[in-house]
Amino acid sequence: MLTFDNVSTCYGKIQALHGVSLEVREGEIVTLIGANGAGKSTLLMTLCGTPRASAGSIRYRGEELVGQDTAAIMRKGIAVVPEGRRIFARLTVEENLAMGGFFASREEVEARLERVLALFPRLAERYAQRGGTLSGGEQQMLAIGRALMSRPRLLLLDEPSLGLAPLVIRQIFAILEQLREEGVTVFVVEQNANQALKLADRGYVLENGRIVMHGSGEELLGDARVCEAYLGG
Amino acid sequence: MPELYHYLQQLVNGLTVGSTYALIAIGYTMVYGIIGMINFAHGEVYMIASYVAFIAIAGLSMLGLDHLPLLMAAAFAASIVVASAYGYSIERLAYRPLRGGNRLIPLISAIGMSIFLQNEVLLAQDSRDKAIPSLLPGNLVIGESAMHGVVISWTQILIFAVILLVMLGLTLFISRSRLGRACRACAEDLKMAGLLGIDTHRIIALTFVIGAVLAAVAAVLLGLQYGVINPQMGFLAGIKAFTAAVLGGIGSIPGAMLGGLLLGVAEAFGADLFGDAYKDVVAFSLLVLVLLLRPTGILGRPEVEKV
Repeated sequence: MLTFDNVSTCYGKIQALHGVSLEVREGEIVTLIGANGAGKSTLLMTLCGTPRASAGSIRYRGEELVGQDTAAIMRKGIAVVPEGRRIFARLTVEENLAMGGFFASREEVEARLERVLALFPRLAERYAQRGGTLSGGEQQMLAIGRALMSRPRLLLLDEPSLGLAPLVIRQIFAILEQLREEGVTVFVVEQNANQALKLADRGYVLENGRIVMHGSGEELLGDARVCEAYLGG
Repeated sequence: MPELYHYLQQLVNGLTVGSTYALIAIGYTMVYGIIGMINFAHGEVYMIASYVAFIAIAGLSMLGLDHLPLLMAAAFAASIVVASAYGYSIERLAYRPLRGGNRLIPLISAIGMSIFLQNEVLLAQDSRDKAIPSLLPGNLVIGESAMHGVVISWTQILIFAVILLVMLGLTLFISRSRLGRACRACAEDLKMAGLLGIDTHRIIALTFVIGAVLAAVAAVLLGLQYGVINPQMGFLAGIKAFTAAVLGGIGSIPGAMLGGLLLGVAEAFGADLFGDAYKDVVAFSLLVLVLLLRPTGILGRPEVEKV
């Protein structure tokens, strides 16, 4: 469904990604793990078109994405839960969700709202509140809910577990599993390698802008080097 | 009683001018809210809209079509259409190509645009004042007589009514409509709005056009009130409205409305107290005071780190 072929990305003169190749197949959960500064978020954002890849090709459902506008890419059934969640703090929960379903008809928005609120009953309780007043976990739920409002085929998440309580993390990962069952393909960037690899069908390890390892979730979990570097020995 | 009437009269006059400042100020504040830059050509859009209104009224009168509602409708329609086109073009030519670069660059291109537009009108219409006929003669007198009472002209009443409607419409649009919501989302986090698939260029262009439409409405109304227009008028009107926007808190639409009204009233009372020549001194002293004491303006919020 999604392939990176030899993708490089630069910030000015600094090269953040060096010829990255990876693949995400339809219906999978794929995780990308790596240390701080390895280029995980850059990889995800390059897929979204900001920054633009300086070399290589990113194909999504047979279509080249490199060179397309961010807004155009994000209208192709791709949705992102970005680093830092970036919910609209001055908009209400309802309005945040509505922004996610901007291109859907009124009836579709209603139906999707119902589904998102069923997934996150907490958001229903906070419906008329401003996004900025929510707790960290609720904001993450809102960010995921907003992404789901566009009915994505491919859902991208950047460190959804960051800064959250273990209980909330488990809840969020359970929802990712549920989404896979519904046919959504999930590509999740994580530092919390243990949880992510348990969940994922396959995983990639990014180091200094290069993919250094890939395999099934279990393989990587059992790998001595991964254990040492990312799972705390 | 005469004292009270006198102050009420100043208040009415101040609110009239102030409400038009508010209308122009919204254009500054909306553009600033979304791209964090001042549209320096905004005053010129106001000036051009005044000329279009003048041409529409003069043209129709010359053809013998001097039916009042027709003249009004034509003046509003023509200046709104032309001003929108200018607002859109300013964004397209002076801002969009420079997006993503240093923030000082669009500032300079916008000043260039302002000079260009002023000279365009100067060449096409020459520098002499033009007179817009007062279409709504007559006054409403509250009190015993014009000497012992408050005089409100029909034009002033028209100004209040139209501006109230426009502001109500704008508030509803921003708070309730789908596009208005997108405007607010873009003002908060432009990049995230793009990541939701929203064409942020179009939303930015929309704010320029909305600003231009409001400036056009103000231009027609003030044209009817003052009756005199010239190619330099955009500068002072622009800077006054900008002051109003800063006073209320730039980036905030209710702030621009409040700032405009306050500025108008302060000017009216200042002129009454110190003489007409000090009108602008009062306005800009107010600006200096606000910048010193409360740089975020009355309703502005301090720049907060995003969570």
